[in-house]
Parts: sequence; structure tokens; C-alpha cells
Amino acid sequence: MTRSDLVVIGAGPAGMAAAAQAAELGLSVIVLDEQPRAGGQIYRDVDRVAPLRGDMLGADYTHGATLTAGLQHGAITHVNGAVVWAIEDQFRISYTVNGRGAQIDADRLLLATGALERPMPLPGWTLPGVMTAGAGQILLKQSGVLARNAVLVGSGPLLYLIAAQMVRAGTPPKAMIETQSRSDIAGTARHLGGALRGWRYLVKGLKMLASITRVGVPRHTGATDIAIEGTDKAQAVTFKRNGRSHRIACDTVFLHHGVVPNTQAARSLNIAHTWDAAQRCFIPQLDSWGQSDKSGVFIAGDGAGIGGARAAEFAGTIAALQIAFEAQRLTREDRDRRAAAPRAKLAHELAVRPFLDAAYPPYAQALLPHDATIICRCEEITAGDIRSYAGLGCIGPNQTKAFGRAGMGPCQGRYCGLGVTAILVDATGQTPDETGYYRIRPPLKPVTLGELAGMDISAPDAAE
Amino acid sequence: MKTASPFLELENGPRVNVTLDGMALSLPRGANLAAALLAAGVGVFRRTPVSNAPRGPFCMMGACFDCLIEIDGTTRQACMIEVTDGLEIKRPHRDEALA
Ligand SMILES: Cc1cc2nc3c(=O)[nH]c(=O)nc-3n(C[C@H](O)[C@H](O)[C@H](O)COP(=O)(O)OP(=O)(O)OC[C@H]3O[C@@H](n4cnc5c(N)ncnc54)[C@H](O)[C@@H]3O)c2cc1C
Ligand code: FES
Repeated sequence: MTRSDLVVIGAGPAGMAAAAQAAELGLSVIVLDEQPRAGGQIYRDVDRVAPLRGDMLGADYTHGATLTAGLQHGAITHVNGAVVWAIEDQFRISYTVNGRGAQIDADRLLLATGALERPMPLPGWTLPGVMTAGAGQILLKQSGVLARNAVLVGSGPLLYLIAAQMVRAGTPPKAMIETQSRSDIAGTARHLGGALRGWRYLVKGLKMLASITRVGVPRHTGATDIAIEGTDKAQAVTFKRNGRSHRIACDTVFLHHGVVPNTQAARSLNIAHTWDAAQRCFIPQLDSWGQSDKSGVFIAGDGAGIGGARAAEFAGTIAALQIAFEAQRLTREDRDRRAAAPRAKLAHELAVRPFLDAAYPPYAQALLPHDATIICRCEEITAGDIRSYAGLGCIGPNQTKAFGRAGMGPCQGRYCGLGVTAILVDATGQTPDETGYYRIRPPLKPVTLGELAGMDISAPDAAE
Repeated sequence: MKTASPFLELENGPRVNVTLDGMALSLPRGANLAAALLAAGVGVFRRTPVSNAPRGPFCMMGACFDCLIEIDGTTRQACMIEVTDGLEIKRPHRDEALA
């Protein structure tokens, strides 16, 4: 069995920065990521794509090449296309690559599995042609595939970024249907101090908005009662605004109302999570180095709470310093001295977050959808089904799962978990922490018998 | 099935031949399979086992499993696969109504 000092799961900014820092301090590092190339969500495929479309995607994207360059270190092995599906104690990691299972051992583990877009259940959201806005951006970034006739629906900075990128690509969205209202913006005043520390983000945001409105993309803010029409595919978005009904025909709908930590791997290790009221999601309990309540397991990046790409990078570096300290490659003084700069930069990055969280709250009607709206895409369980299980006495997601299969499909609750918790909180009056979340068990992603049969566990090293 | 695609392709590299439910399609070599199928005008990737509802790619990052297609008898996520020459793709739970 191959054993390394550190296994990093996820080759986004957090994982790449951590791997580079750990390798520089003499640790052997294996980086596993299911994507075919390094970059994570923000810098997806950056080495191949930057020369092709760097201009369209902007300098915030091409910055990723400095991080992928950091993976070119003799002590780092980056395994592309490696889907991690089980993590066992102290630590044996099982993954599939090229249709074959494999296992490796590690002294320490860094989970840098990033974020998922917050699920946005609304009528019609399962129709073909409805995708997340991030998916639209991935199509553009990775594949150079552009939606000709798309409507963007939701809220948040990423929605504007994607709209601005579509404008630059020459296929502006047909309309933006935005869920945040004037009162959300008015409520941000007390966070303005932090926002001003992150003023560069605000300027960027205003520039993006200007670029979107300059080409005449209509913005419908304060939209409610949003639904997608269509039988075999999306054909139009309907919504209300100021009491009036609207309908916009389109071929593609991109939904987005924020991102939330992808906690699947951490949860499979029973790492404690708590509800974060400002970000409206569960986040793992970590110390200031990213160390979880499980010895040897660290978490950095958006998987630890949403901070954005630069914050992920600095958090990755900080975690790697502590990992090197524990592995006795670094003195305490050295660790603290090296951590000072990334800590200051991290604090600076995080300063703007409370403002963004308040200005662009999730779409309320997608947090507590109508009874008829599908909440679990895999098993086609509706919000009303979950409410009826609550009426039968279910107080937590693991009980509703046993009753009605919500969360039992292949996505393992990635796109219904937070919704089910929210509906139960609403129905029972318990807190989110009391209500809890799905218990996640391996495999984290479905594994085929063929992948298990081809399992490569043969390569024992000298230590065994 | 060769309906005008709601998507536009920027890249213009070499293409390879694949089949979808037996029909010939030419897709960019090495492209993300889900993206390439969308660009080729394929909107419905499968029908659900529960209600036969049509589905297509939703997240493009391997998380939602809505892009499932069948390759060599194995169900796989189209958004996690690259296009290679001669792929034989089937749409799971296909029925006559499939556009
Ligand atoms: C679709 C999408 C698009 C985004 N686009 C932008 C953007 O343009 N600009 C911006 O500022 N922010 C963007 N964000 C927010 C962004 O994700 C982050 O701020 C940043 O990428 C976080 O970095 P990270 O290192 O924490 O995680 P990520 O960059 O998300 O990297 C996590 C990596 O872990 C891998 N992974 C997860 N689970 C497994 C597993 N089980 N096995 C193997 N590998 C696994 C993933 O493949 C991924 O590459 C986007 C988010 C999403 C979801
Ligand atoms: S589109 Fe979500 S897994 Fe492929």
C-alpha cells in the first residue's frame, strides 16, 4: 500500500495551495481530484483554457495557473480523475480512477472538497434545460459551450459574474430574474464597514453590473413566485414582481442563490458540524488551523464555510503549516511566523462576507417550497411529502429518509439535504442543529462491481 | 433529433464519431461528454425510474447524477467523461416519447 504523509482531496485553490506548502516543507503529498485536470470549480481546467478564453473569463480566473504550477513539485503526486468514495480510519482512502478501484494510506488528511451550489427547488427545476448557473459557467469555461437563449434566476455575486462572462462571450443572458429586494440591500448597512475593507470586491461587482446593463440585459429584481414552464424541456420562466405577472420564454434557465459547503466527505467521517445562521448552512467545527474534531483530519476552503477562492487558498496554506508542524517538519515558532501573512490576507478576504450574505440572501420560496415542488431530485420526493412525514412524527432527515427515500438516491442528499432540514425546522419548531442532517455513509459516490473487482491494492511498500 | 441546439460551440477542434441510441453523432474529441451532447442538440439524457420524467445535466460537476447515460452497459455521469472515438451511448429508461 502506498503511504504518504498527507492526502489532499480536492485540487481547487485550497487543496493546491496546501499541497504546495506541505511539499515545500518536506512532506510527501498525494492529491486526489475527480476532475480530469487541476483547478477546482473556480479555476477549472485553467492550464488548457486560459490560453483559449482567458480574456473572456478574466484575471480572477487566470490567477489559477499560479496554483496549478505549484503542483509541479517532486513530492506531490496529483491523481486526476480520482473519485474518492470511502475514507476509513487513520487513514485509508478508496477511490476509482479509469474504472478501477484503488487504495492509499495517509498519516494526515486534508479535505478540500469545496462548495456546491445551494439547491434551488422551485416548480419545474427538474426539467431538461434547467441547470445551475455554475453549470452554465462550467460549460462556458471548460468546454466553450454557450447558451444562446438563457435566463439567469436567483441572486448573489456569482450570478453577476456569470452574466458578465456571458456578455463578454457575446451571448448575454436574455434576462436576469433576481430574487433579492431593496430591503435586503437596506439591511446591509451594519455590514458596510467590512464590505469597505473588501472594497475591491464591491468595485468589481459594480463594474460587472454595469457591463450587464450596458448591453441592455433586463434586470427584474425582487421577483417572487418563480416557476419554470415546459413539458419535456424548459420553455419559459414565470414570476411576479410588484404584484404583476411576467413570463419570459427561453431555452435554458440558470439557477443560482449562493453556494454552500460540500460536507459529504467530512460527514462520512462523523466530523461535527454546526448550523451557521449567517450563511444558512452547516459548517464543520474547526480550529483556526482547519483541524477538525477528528485527529489528523483537516478541512480548508469553501468546504469549511464559504469564503471564496482567495480565502480558500490562504486557508489551505494555513492548514498545511499545522500539518507540517504536527509531522515535526516545522517548529512552533516557524509555523506561527509563516502563518502570519496568510492569516492577515484571509481575514481581509473574509471581511466582505457578512455584507454579501446579507445583501444576497437565498430565495425564501426555494428554502420552503410549495408542497407540490420536488425537493429530492433523485427520488422525486416533494416538499409536501416531507411535511407529511413531519406530521407523522419525523423530526430529523434520517427519519424522513427511512419513510420516503428522500436522500437515498445517487446524489446522497447533496441537492435535498439542506432543504429537508429547513422544512423540518419549519414544521417542528426545532433548531437546525437539533434537526440535524443526513448521516452520510460510504460509498460517497456509487461504485460498480467492476471497479471493485479491478481494485489495485497490490502495491505494498516497504513499510508493510 | 437534429434540432437546432440551444447552445453554441466556440471550440472547433477535431471530431470523432459516436453513437447515441444507435444514431451517429460527431462530437469534439476530448470534450466533456455532457457539454458535447448539449451542443449537439441533445436535451433529454434519460428518463427517471420513478416517474419516467425527462432529465438532462443540471450541475456539470458530478454532484447531481441527472446526466446519467449508459456506456457499454454501465451507467455513468456524462459530465465526468471525455468524448472518445466510437463511444456507444445509450439513454437509460428511454421510451418512445424521447425527443
Ligand atoms: C459550479 C461552481 C462555480 C464556481 N465558480 C466560481 C467563480 O467563477 N468565481 C469564484 O470566485 N468562485 C466560484 N465558485 C465558488 C468557488 O467554488 C470557490 O470559492 C472556490 O473554488 C473554492 O475553492 P476550494 O478549493 O475550496 O474548492 P473547489 O475549487 O470547489 O475544489 C474542490 C475540488 O474537490 C473535488 N472533489 C470534491 N469531492 C470529491 C471526491 N469525493 N473525490 C474527488 N474529488 C472531489 C472537486 O472535483 C473539486 O475540484 C464556484 C462554485 C461552484 C460550485
Ligand atoms: S450534471 Fe450533475 S452529475 Fe452530471
